[in-house]
Amino acid sequence: MPVYYLEIIVVALGLVMLMVDAFVKLEDKRSIAWIGMLGLVVVFALLFKVKWPESTEGAFWQFYSSGDRLALFFKGIAVLTTLIVLVMAVDYAPTVVAQTANPEPGAHRQAGLGEFFALPMFACAGLMWMASANNLVSIFVSLETVTIAFYIMVAYLRRNVGSLEAGVKYLILGALSTGFLVYGFAWLFGITGSMQLSEIATALAKPGVNPTMALFAFGLIFVALAFKVGAAPFHLWIPDVYQGAPTPITAFLSVGSKAAGFIIMLRLVTPFLASPALVGKVTIVLTVVAILTLLVGNLAALPQKNFKRLLAYSSIAHAGFLVMALASSPPAGGSISMTPATVIAFYLGAYLLMTLLAFLVMTTLRTKIAGEELDSFRGLAKRSPFLAFAMLVAMASLAGIPLTAGFLGKVFVFKLAVEAQQWTLLVFGLIGASAGFYYYLKIAASMYLSEPGKDSDVSAIPVSPLAKITMILLMIVIILAGFNPGVILGLFA
Amino acid sequence: MSIIEIIVFLPLLAALAVGLGSPARFTALGASGLVLLLSLVTAIQFSTSVEGTYQFVSSRTLLEIAGFPKLSLAFGLDGMSLVLLLLSAIVLIAAVMVAPKENAIKGSARLYYISLLLIAGGAIGAFCSTDLFFLYAFHELALIPTFLMIGIFGHGENRVRTAWTITIFLGVGSLILLVGLILAVSSLGATTFDIASIITLAKTPETAMSPDMQGWVFLLLFIGFGILVSLFPFHSWAAPAYAEAPTPVAMLHAGVLKKFGLYGLIRLALPLAPVGAEKWLNLVLILLIGNILYIGLVTIAQKRLDRMLGYSSVMHMGYVFLGIAAGNHIGLSGAVLLMFAHGISIALLFALSGWMRDQFGTLDFDKLGGIAKPLPKLGLIFGFGVFASLGLPGFANFAAEIEIFFGAFAGEGETMTWIRWATVGALWGVVISAVYMLRAYRNIFLGPLPKKLATPADLDWSMRVPLILLVATLVAVGFVPELLNQYIRPAINGILLVTPG
Repeated sequence: MPVYYLEIIVVALGLVMLMVDAFVKLEDKRSIAWIGMLGLVVVFALLFKVKWPESTEGAFWQFYSSGDRLALFFKGIAVLTTLIVLVMAVDYAPTVVAQTANPEPGAHRQAGLGEFFALPMFACAGLMWMASANNLVSIFVSLETVTIAFYIMVAYLRRNVGSLEAGVKYLILGALSTGFLVYGFAWLFGITGSMQLSEIATALAKPGVNPTMALFAFGLIFVALAFKVGAAPFHLWIPDVYQGAPTPITAFLSVGSKAAGFIIMLRLVTPFLASPALVGKVTIVLTVVAILTLLVGNLAALPQKNFKRLLAYSSIAHAGFLVMALASSPPAGGSISMTPATVIAFYLGAYLLMTLLAFLVMTTLRTKIAGEELDSFRGLAKRSPFLAFAMLVAMASLAGIPLTAGFLGKVFVFKLAVEAQQWTLLVFGLIGASAGFYYYLKIAASMYLSEPGKDSDVSAIPVSPLAKITMILLMIVIILAGFNPGVILGLFA
Repeated sequence: MSIIEIIVFLPLLAALAVGLGSPARFTALGASGLVLLLSLVTAIQFSTSVEGTYQFVSSRTLLEIAGFPKLSLAFGLDGMSLVLLLLSAIVLIAAVMVAPKENAIKGSARLYYISLLLIAGGAIGAFCSTDLFFLYAFHELALIPTFLMIGIFGHGENRVRTAWTITIFLGVGSLILLVGLILAVSSLGATTFDIASIITLAKTPETAMSPDMQGWVFLLLFIGFGILVSLFPFHSWAAPAYAEAPTPVAMLHAGVLKKFGLYGLIRLALPLAPVGAEKWLNLVLILLIGNILYIGLVTIAQKRLDRMLGYSSVMHMGYVFLGIAAGNHIGLSGAVLLMFAHGISIALLFALSGWMRDQFGTLDFDKLGGIAKPLPKLGLIFGFGVFASLGLPGFANFAAEIEIFFGAFAGEGETMTWIRWATVGALWGVVISAVYMLRAYRNIFLGPLPKKLATPADLDWSMRVPLILLVATLVAVGFVPELLNQYIRPAINGILLVTPG
């Protein structure tokens, strides 16, 4: 089965969900989500069945894809993320209904819920395409598919000022970064005369390339990509948007959007790193951005008191580690180390597991606790030992404690930095990781070490079976991958 | 499954079982009893005539990809790890016996016993791993359980703060250590995490690290491991943590887990970067004198038993560092033996001080006094602990300290080298220990009984069993150090071999 069928299936699923929402009379629209979930499980299984064609010559393939394992891996990340986001969305449905209900008499009680499940499917298709895009045009179109879907999803809670504010911020800054991206693409096309990444790489590696113009193009493109992945100093939108967006969408943004941003960054930066005339300066830019991102993400996370804001800064911090991997690309030839691509893929795989687990617990909690402040986690270990433990596993992995997937991700990045002799970067990485111990364990501390407030509710918190199974699976994979990275990397080989 | 795999996974599986609902104390006791039994079986079957190789090895390859060293879940024992395994097993069962019954625990008893088992499981796993990755990873397994144990079940108002301090210190120490290890593995170009192969690379002249690189690696490992062992001036986490931790955690952490750093220095830092070790010898000497003399004086100034014990445990690490700095056969053997002896004696003392805190409600020297008369058994066993700790002949600590001092002073010629001066300084530590230990004993057990002090019943059998086990171990090894030296000797020979194979 050809690879592009997968995207077609996902889009078709999204359309079916919209149709069902419009034409089938459903008492409880949450069943729409099940169509998407079941479909995505099938798509995920099919990922292991698909084949690239013998030759990827020809106009279509040039436009659609680069046929490598990395692309498949990131398609898998996109599908899995969307699947878990839908699981969260089901639990989150009451909030969506409350914030979007149609006040007119006779309207469906859950009017406006159906699209909340369908939109992630379209974003997912875009993310999947992004994973294999290898042409400036297809990169741009797939990126916009995703971004536009996100504009709507972020602002989905239309009676909630926070969500609307987040939507506007995301829209304005997203549009701005798109502008940078297109302008950079134009320059790149002007220098190299091609839209095809492979041809761009060849052109940039030639000795005759004009370094000033090439670096200008790189600068513009990198600014746009830094926006997408939330690298400092272009991270400013992240905390506000993450805090305001509906929780499942925050999770989607923080995992799906970041993963896709990084695969694009990887594909676009690699030609520059392979060019002898440019590699030095590009590495300096990457190093500086990595240092800034590590510092901003980790240090700003320290005083945070809101769970979603804290995870927003944590997502910036992890972007820092990922850019660090990119900045530690081994010198061409004669190196035995892992490639940054493998490291980034593993790191994002691990990041997916732990971040989604954290958000999943948060979504479940949100049905019973008042706010998203860390204080509302107090005494959770007594109220719901299971949820507290799940959150503890997620936090341990995010902090990079051994025998969790997150630790191995950091080990891979540090090893890359040592081999590239990026000593300064390594020191900042260490500072970042140490700070991480504090702010992630802060959540564990408020769950386990603090007593619940005097007049707060201490009744048990119900966990839906679907969410419970997903959490258990995520925990198992996080711990297994901490023992045996093959669990994640095996999807690669 | 090999016997070592069973030993390593027993505590972890027991923790899982408790989490899934099996009776907490019963499971923990059963698992730790089995661990002790199996450890003794391995000790009996252990062949002392083999040098420099691991026995009871088992290995499962987990990951083999280009560009990353081969990762295996591999276990094995040499004499040094066997001694530390025995230490862990003995302290673990004593700690579980001393731990309160389920209904006496404020809060979740399950969480209490799970944490306890994970702390011990981490230590045992670290000592038995022959794969560098898991040696590191298992040690870190104890980090979060320690944080929760001190934060939830600790004593005193500052327990949350103390929990943070120890976690941040140990976390940062481990990160520094991690960088040192990655640096070593990368610059040796190792294609596997197998410790023996990495050390072979480091000892082969063609593949050894450059002297500069060795300097960096040793410094990072020394600081990283040093923080975990409460090396001066990174010691400030230790005493409050031990004073405020629940008794079994203090026993396990001060007795067993802290030895991991010393184990790492002998197992990894010395063989990987011998040139680096020479380069930084003077720094090591200065810091260890800081541990012995400065912390020794700090210990004298303490006014509460648990704090005093905490600082004394920091101080005694200085002797082990001295043995490691000596770097010769007798010094290193003494260091390993002292790791064992100190582990048992400090666990004994913490068990007693914990019991006393529960019974008297205070550990302040000026509120206690004369309790040897109403509580003779407590006085007797505490006396054993005190005399072992200050290195009286007949206890394991004496045998170990004497080996260390001989090792550190050894060498040709009559010139006073730095290390000999350091040994002379360290000898004063013995006097300092005698001062604070005997003073503590006099203040608490001798003299008039304060009128306000209600005296409880003496130690009952549930306390006597673990305490007698610890005392018996100390005395047995003290009279026959060969019991353990027969294992330590070939292991140290293997570590000191200049050319591998």
